[in-house]
Amino acid sequence: MSEKLHTYTKKDYSSGSDVKWCAGCGDFAILNQVQKVLAEIGRPPEEYAFISGIGCSSRFPYYMGTYGYHTIHGRALAVATGAKTFNPDLSVWVAMGDGDSISIGGNHFIHTIRKNLDIVCIVIDNQIYGLTKGQFSPTSIKGQVTKSSPSGKRSLPMDPVALALGAGVNFVARTIDRRPKQLAEILHKAYEHKGFSLVHVLQNCVIFNNGAHDDITNKETRDDHSLILVDGEPMIFGKNKDKAIVLEGLNPKVVDRNSVDESQILIHHEKAKEPGLALLLASMRAGKFAGSKTVEKFPIPMGVLRNVEEETYDAITAQQVEESIALKGKGDLQTMLNSGDTWEIN
Amino acid sequence: MNQVAKDHVVIRFAGDSGDGMQLTGSQFTNSSALTGTDIVTLPDYPSEIRAPAGTIDGVSGFQMQFGSQKVNTPGDFPDALIAMNPAALKANIQDLARDGYVILDIDAFTERNIEKAGYVENPLSRKSLLDKKAYSIPITSQTLEALKDFDIPKKAKERCKNFFTLGILFWLYDLSSDFNIKWLKKKFAKKPVIAEANIKALKEGMIYAQNNSMFQAQYKIHSAPLEKGTYRNVSGNQATGLGLITAAERAGLKLFLGSYPITPATEILHEITRFKNFGTKTTQSEDEIGGICAAIGAAWAGAFACTTTSGPGLALKSEALGLAVITELPLVIVNVQRGGPSTGLPTKTEQADLMQAMYGRNGEAPMPVIAAKSPVDCFHQAIEAGRIALKYMTPVILLTDGYLGNGSEAFKIPNVDDLPDLTVKFRTDKENYQAYARNKETLARDWVKPGTPGLMNRVGGLEKDFLSGAVSHDPENHDKMVHIRQEKVDNIANDIPELEIFGDQEGGEVLIIGWGSTYGSIRNKVQKYREEGKSVSHAHFTHINPFPKNTLEVMKKFKKVVIAEMNLGQLNKLIRAKYIIETISLNKIQGKPFHENEIAEVVDELL
Repeated sequence: MSEKLHTYTKKDYSSGSDVKWCAGCGDFAILNQVQKVLAEIGRPPEEYAFISGIGCSSRFPYYMGTYGYHTIHGRALAVATGAKTFNPDLSVWVAMGDGDSISIGGNHFIHTIRKNLDIVCIVIDNQIYGLTKGQFSPTSIKGQVTKSSPSGKRSLPMDPVALALGAGVNFVARTIDRRPKQLAEILHKAYEHKGFSLVHVLQNCVIFNNGAHDDITNKETRDDHSLILVDGEPMIFGKNKDKAIVLEGLNPKVVDRNSVDESQILIHHEKAKEPGLALLLASMRAGKFAGSKTVEKFPIPMGVLRNVEEETYDAITAQQVEESIALKGKGDLQTMLNSGDTWEIN
Repeated sequence: MNQVAKDHVVIRFAGDSGDGMQLTGSQFTNSSALTGTDIVTLPDYPSEIRAPAGTIDGVSGFQMQFGSQKVNTPGDFPDALIAMNPAALKANIQDLARDGYVILDIDAFTERNIEKAGYVENPLSRKSLLDKKAYSIPITSQTLEALKDFDIPKKAKERCKNFFTLGILFWLYDLSSDFNIKWLKKKFAKKPVIAEANIKALKEGMIYAQNNSMFQAQYKIHSAPLEKGTYRNVSGNQATGLGLITAAERAGLKLFLGSYPITPATEILHEITRFKNFGTKTTQSEDEIGGICAAIGAAWAGAFACTTTSGPGLALKSEALGLAVITELPLVIVNVQRGGPSTGLPTKTEQADLMQAMYGRNGEAPMPVIAAKSPVDCFHQAIEAGRIALKYMTPVILLTDGYLGNGSEAFKIPNVDDLPDLTVKFRTDKENYQAYARNKETLARDWVKPGTPGLMNRVGGLEKDFLSGAVSHDPENHDKMVHIRQEKVDNIANDIPELEIFGDQEGGEVLIIGWGSTYGSIRNKVQKYREEGKSVSHAHFTHINPFPKNTLEVMKKFKKVVIAEMNLGQLNKLIRAKYIIETISLNKIQGKPFHENEIAEVVDELL
């Protein structure tokens, strides 16, 4: 974490604009935690650039007391690529919804991950198109009835975490708007992580998809349906801590904790070099994947799935500039224009 | 040996796309340029990288005109055609000038190749061709013979045939081979035997021509009265890249290019990527939209940002162009036009994206549009596009086309200090800052780099408040913003050169108007009309949006106004809509530049 030169409060990271999300929207909690975490990090607000696309959650930059750019649908990551590559000193954060990130912006999503641009990308996933008033999104569950799928959505949902791992993401975490403490911890880690840091936040849309995440938020069922990942700890969950994840062949399996030896329970390693474990966790598609005939119901893994570091795109770009200057000397315009085969007319 | 002086000569090299015709052409160009002749070149290559050998589809060409006078175009009809096989002959013979001649590799005229080219009989036995002077030379076998002592595979020896051919031409046009020998040694520094083989082929080609009685004379093109200075040969795409880097340097900014490979624009990305030591950063994006959006992000962060593309790519960038308009950020978009619609003719030229450049966006999204007129002019117009973008905080579209991008000409290297000063000042003053407050003269808003303390602000694609830049849905405010964005672009008319008349300054019979790459062919034809004493003048548009202030005044001086363009009359529509004036539209849409006689077909009737 960077050295604190000045004490900042949450207010320093608020633009002071009226926040215009619907009452009860999960976005409030996310905004709140982001502002709180930035105050804890203690970097001056002008060093942050918040970039978004289109959708309810993409209004995010307007509420931040930082530099902000509300761009066009799906393109936030492409705009961020230019801003961060040009000026790596900026701390660039992107806020986007499920439609923005993996539907209309899917190509930028996978390729910005591939490039390993050093930014924090928060995907706020409410499994619905809210701003256009209620159509299914790529993360909506199969069979979901929406305005554009009155007879039920015809395809299975896509999981941003699994997609990101497929594209080679080095940091990926998942949490939910109703777990602010975990969200704050993850945001801190995402900020500290050098490279593309994906934070997948499940979020409740009170108007068009209320209760979509009910099984993992209500007190009665949430512990049986969520797997809280702790680095170095065995994967145990359930209301009474009575369930565990073991490996059966190549697949994860939910078992009664007491039915297996403690040593058989999978241990979480977020810094594992190979992405196998993270992919395994991402494959644990929970009740949200209702409708699948092949995928078993699993608890939703929440926490940091993967946290490793590779060289970043922006750093390599800057390094190549330095190397070129070291090799050829600082660019001189007249020399450049005179390069190649020249001749004189006298 | 006789030497016949010539004012200018047009040569076309044609062969299989693997025969190295582009290389042969550019080597000849450089050697000729070194003697001080003026030069314009145009490669013409198929969109397939290696279409089946020996077929018409696979023919690749390179045409160049060099002269002892100012040369404006690569020429209409070649005086010399070099045909490396029957397909190259078939694809090009109809363009040969009436008194032109052909040099062909007789070894390639096998029964099979003749058939592949689609000839029913050997074209060399046909009277029609023999009417033209044809030099049938066993180029391949002579090359093999010349290289018999070289210990390299036969294929590698055969590949030297283009240098043997070059040797013949060097002798014919009395050019020195020193430059090429140096070039070969450098190019094949790691394979000296290949360099030596090519050099041997080159020399043997010269000796062959000299000793062969079939050539009656050598031609001599004396040096042109070019301005004193240092020259180099540049293609339009190269010049565009150099111009963009120059604009950034003259502005005291770093250049950022976001781009996706597309024919015929990709060389600009190649060129700029070579100059990282200027602090230039480029990104080859995942798609066209990613390219422009990265450029917009960099512009927002304080870069001199650009994106380069061709027509289909510009279509994909439309929405993002609107974002750059509403967030009022400087950005240069280069569109190297090609034949459309859709994929169209990727390697051929056209001017049919003018309306797209003008209006291809949702909403009222005005944007300055300028067009380069020659390969070298791409350099100057890239700087001009940068000047307008930075001064007025606006995206600017620079139109070039495949003909300019791939064509090349002699570039008098400017003295850097004589180039425009584009110095930019970022706002750092917190006092009374409003994100959309405007400079009274330019109507540009202040440019604030993220990272600047105390000026944090949020911009975006939603309509802005006139002053604060906060989101505003107020109807009156929207009306005001739509008008001021238009006014900002319209006002640029006060800051651009007036339209010049080449010809009758006080007016006359016919004014031919052109824009972009048709400059050279129109100018040539108009010059000829004037030499014949005919009242034909030429006005060329570089700035299309806004038009120069005196546009109507100029047009009104002439009885007839002809607007010549490689489309169905797009500039014509713009001019008629704005000025409500009678015009005659002259169009050609064949993926090829205008020929002088095509202008004559329309204009002669008006005289």
